[in-house]
Amino acid sequence: MFTGIFKDTSVRILITFMIVLCVLSSLVLPDWMQNNFMYGLSRGLAILGLMLLWRTNLVSFGHALYYGFGAYAVALCQKYFGITDILLRFAIAVIAAGLLGFCLGFILRKYREIFFAMLSLAFSMVLYGLLAKAEFLGSTDGMSISPSTLLGMELTRQYLFYLITFFVICAAISIQAYLRSTLGHLTTAIQDNEIRVEYLGYSVQKAIHIKYVMSACLAGGAGGLMAASLGQVDPDSMVNWNVSGELVFITIMSGWGNILAPFIGAIIFEFIRTYAFEWAPQAWAAIVGGTLLAIIFFFPGGIWSVIEKVFNYGKKKNVK
Amino acid sequence: MLNDTVLKASDLNKSFSGIVAAKDINVSINQGEIVGIIGANGAGKTVFVNMITGYLKPTSGKIEFLGEDITGIEPRNATHIGLCRSFQISQVFMTMSVKQNLMIAMSLSKKSGKALLDPIADEEISKECDKILELYKIMDQSNNIVSTLSQGIRKLLDIAMAVVGNPKVILLDEPTSGVSVEEKFGIMDIVIAALKQTETSVLFVEHDMEIVERYVDRVIAFYQGEIICDAPPKVALSDKKVIEYVLGH
Ligand SMILES: Nc1ncnc2c1ncn2[C@@H]1O[C@H](COP(=O)(O)OP(=O)(O)OP(=O)(O)O)[C@@H](O)[C@H]1O
Ligand SMILES: [Mg+2]
Repeated sequence: MFTGIFKDTSVRILITFMIVLCVLSSLVLPDWMQNNFMYGLSRGLAILGLMLLWRTNLVSFGHALYYGFGAYAVALCQKYFGITDILLRFAIAVIAAGLLGFCLGFILRKYREIFFAMLSLAFSMVLYGLLAKAEFLGSTDGMSISPSTLLGMELTRQYLFYLITFFVICAAISIQAYLRSTLGHLTTAIQDNEIRVEYLGYSVQKAIHIKYVMSACLAGGAGGLMAASLGQVDPDSMVNWNVSGELVFITIMSGWGNILAPFIGAIIFEFIRTYAFEWAPQAWAAIVGGTLLAIIFFFPGGIWSVIEKVFNYGKKKNVK
Repeated sequence: MLNDTVLKASDLNKSFSGIVAAKDINVSINQGEIVGIIGANGAGKTVFVNMITGYLKPTSGKIEFLGEDITGIEPRNATHIGLCRSFQISQVFMTMSVKQNLMIAMSLSKKSGKALLDPIADEEISKECDKILELYKIMDQSNNIVSTLSQGIRKLLDIAMAVVGNPKVILLDEPTSGVSVEEKFGIMDIVIAALKQTETSVLFVEHDMEIVERYVDRVIAFYQGEIICDAPPKVALSDKKVIEYVLGH
């Protein structure tokens, strides 16, 4: 599956980008910026998951279900088993969300378009309702998450940053390996023509199910890392429908052209939000709406298409 | 049952809320046979193809393939056992290139399980694809995106994608529909020549009697869901019922 993956241009660009981020963060970045990068990278995992679904023309308006599920899995394991190890936290979040996605996938794989989108929203609202009512999970106040450890040692913020980039690299490489595989190519094929895929001998529902579980795992991992870096989980910022909406928004903003796109999109989103709250706290909704309009009208391929254009422009000049 | 019978349908019936689309259909097809299926619009030709390949479940009746009961099989399993089809309206991946279309088809027929996670770009599979592209004479279109290509090329690609797994039986639903008159014979020459190299039995639906006469060993004529004639082309095309209900004069 992974043979020759490091020769892949996208993978090389991704790793270079992450290394540059790590170096910047250890040398020059102020804390608040470092936090923004950390949140952006964590959340980027969920966006990567949505991008996968988007490639089959499926949009999930309820991905906060898995995002929140991963985050709460981390919180619960801390409360009942005292688990604070970051590797375990990430694994638990990914596996918990993956299992949930596997179960719900049997239902969702039968639906497309608006039904698919809304069904996942419905499930996320159920989870929200349960969490908001559950006293032992802190109801609407949520729970606090203690700082992560690594193999029994305390983890500084700086090391947490490195580890998050490490998780991101692993996840993104796996996804790239999947995308270049036969199964990954079915992704676009299904979007094109489901009947033909069936007649080629592969179950469309199974292909969608596999992808759905991958996407749930990514969202769960994102939630887990977010919980660890925020130090807090609560239903409103983890599971509510507006969180799902935000995830879809960042996905559209990022574009689906490359595995790096979701992370760049998510990071930019964090910065927009920080500045917006500082300079124009009342205008957040308008800024989000305006950005979305600008992207849909001018850059339907998202931020990634802009980046591509800039680089291709440079290349053409070099040739001359 | 004869040894070389590959496909056998017994008493197939299909109705859609009152409309009878197939009525008491009994056919058996031998290995290597080339059969033309004719009939006016709405006679039930596509329904027949759809039932055989599992896209529609018959209301009653039985379908056997190589001696095994396959009634109501899923299309993907029909493909696995060597019962393939092409479509009246080409079903290809429009946003991809000809080669990519074929690569996907070839990988799915050659690989399964974990191997599907290996990169699709594979020397061996690519070579096999090139062979088929040569055989179907669409090599020069290899890198073009399908949506930019003519109906004729799409039809050829559609058929090429169905033969990657070396099927025992292939059903072609109007391989020349939507194709210009000049192109028709060219396409059929290519397809029949390619399929004759194998032991594949071919059933193809066709409206053009010139084509039927030229290529088939046997004709099956449909009228209102029923088979009204099953004979060699010379006999069938001069049959009174066929002349009246299929040829329309
Ligand atoms: N899914 C369906 N639901 C309802 N009726 C159907 C369906 N499919 C086919 N029919 C009906 O069954 C009959 C046979 O249709 P079929 O498509 O097999 O015709 P055909 O012989 O292939 O005609 P053509 O030459 O136009 O392709 C028609 O009356 C058609 O309306
Ligand atoms: Mg038809």
